[in-house]
Amino acid sequence: MNAPVSAPKLYDCRDAFAETIEMLAANDARVVAVCNDSVGSSKLGGFKAKFPERLINVGIAEQNMVGVGAGLANGGQLPFVCGASCFLTGRALEQIKADLAYSNANVKLVGISSGMAYGELGPTHHSIEDFAWTRVLPNLPVIAPCDRIETAAAVKWAAEYAGPCFLRLSRVGVPDLLPEGHVFELGKANLLRDGTDLTLIANGTLTHRMVKAADILAARGIKARVLNMATVRPIDEAAIVAAATQTGAILTAEEHSIYGGLGSAIAEVVVEQAPVPMKRLGVPGVFAHTGPAEWLLDEFGMAPHAIAEAAEALIKRK
Amino acid sequence: MEPKELERVARQIRLRDVQAVFEAGAGHVGGEMSAIDIMTALYFRVLRVWPDDPKNPARDRFVLSKGHTACALYVTLAKRGFIPEDEISTFLQPNSRLNGHPNCNKVPGVETNTGPLGHGLPVAVGMAKAAKLSGADYHTYVMTGDGEMQEGSNWEAIMAGAQFGLDNLTLIIDHNRFQQGAALSDTNDIAPLRPKLEAFGWDVSEINGNEMGEVVPALEHRSDRPHCIVAHTNKGHGISFMQDKVDWHHKVPSKEQYDIAVRELSEAL
Repeated sequence: MNAPVSAPKLYDCRDAFAETIEMLAANDARVVAVCNDSVGSSKLGGFKAKFPERLINVGIAEQNMVGVGAGLANGGQLPFVCGASCFLTGRALEQIKADLAYSNANVKLVGISSGMAYGELGPTHHSIEDFAWTRVLPNLPVIAPCDRIETAAAVKWAAEYAGPCFLRLSRVGVPDLLPEGHVFELGKANLLRDGTDLTLIANGTLTHRMVKAADILAARGIKARVLNMATVRPIDEAAIVAAATQTGAILTAEEHSIYGGLGSAIAEVVVEQAPVPMKRLGVPGVFAHTGPAEWLLDEFGMAPHAIAEAAEALIKRK
Repeated sequence: MEPKELERVARQIRLRDVQAVFEAGAGHVGGEMSAIDIMTALYFRVLRVWPDDPKNPARDRFVLSKGHTACALYVTLAKRGFIPEDEISTFLQPNSRLNGHPNCNKVPGVETNTGPLGHGLPVAVGMAKAAKLSGADYHTYVMTGDGEMQEGSNWEAIMAGAQFGLDNLTLIIDHNRFQQGAALSDTNDIAPLRPKLEAFGWDVSEINGNEMGEVVPALEHRSDRPHCIVAHTNKGHGISFMQDKVDWHHKVPSKEQYDIAVRELSEAL
């Protein structure tokens, strides 16, 4: 029997976002936060206390919120536009397309409580379509960090990046996966485990589940490569092609519909450049039932042991 | 520039605009004719802009939210020196930067990409708010169509403009009473606009938007609140057979009609 290990501490990535934007704002007078009555859920209370005049709350009006963000950028400010991802992306998609992506406005979108973070509130509040909606837009990097370290790094990167981007955050606790001091690189996957039998690729709240699945597989003698792929667009084609050619199978998992998200983006590369067997885990094209986020992920076959079983089945197709 | 001179420039812009639409075989000439007097007053008198330095942070902002009338903006920008005047002949041609709707990354002087309606006013609110934050003294103007005010996003922005106390923001509603398919009153009649804007906390002026003597003071008016100009205009203004005809939202004149339009506009020059 293995020695007991203490469970790793879990972190809400919104705290890393809040700490980082406050740090950025202290050093750069252009940094402003724009929100839709979401000061609390976006963890902007500290920002508001420190920089009250730079917290712009437009009320419950997402279309206006994104347009205001574009105007603030035009006027020389550096806006982080924050709101529940389901409303930010769903309600204001045309503003994201025309006012930000097409106009190349220097606005940082921060989708909070994405995926099924609001599990109990039902499908109106689930944001399992946002990768699909945003990744078709030109000139809009789409990024889902996997832990607090990558969240902080991505927020810092966003502040320096000249142009619009979309950061997709959750509120569901995740353990540390990347090393302290990690520097975010757009469109670059991180190798968390190397392996030769297949590759597991995820981002956001699924990456740590993939690591656990890889540990289960290792105990069964299966060497799984694990890639954290925060950037959904531009996708890391080189890492995908290398995974396909070197490990011969790719399993993806995401807190998103299997239609149009990370798995689809990876499949597009695999089919065109290095066809190998693939399996996409996620929400299988349904409105999810009600329940806590972690429970829903388990329900949809993304518990670590279920991921491991899906991996074993996939390997048999090689 | 004085109102009489502005009227002359506006007629020149009308003439070039109708010529461009005729040659391109497409455009939104009716709503361009209604809006040209206001755009002329803005670019030739009111706006503090530098054609040779179009991104100067101190510039006044103008957002053409009714982006389908881009041709009128292009002609005005060209006449003001932002783009070459002979480039107007490329309007809508393959690879021209003069799209059917304005592109801020291609055309100097354009501030944000518009086309889908209900986008310009929220962006203008952000521009005005940015000036409040930075202490910049530029003024932000935005022009919408009257039918465009049916878009709910405008009313979100109108609430925000009042809440933020944006006395550096002017909304001009080109109230020509016609939208694409029918009269405003037969579609979703949001007139009268004045009481609605006033109820939302804005200072409102109502003017004849095709009368330069009224346009200029309205644009130069300052208040302690955001200012809305309800500009009563005529769709197709300046061309007899187009005036107040819904057909001329995006109809293209025949050769015969074009010749009449050119003659009428030239006579007035």
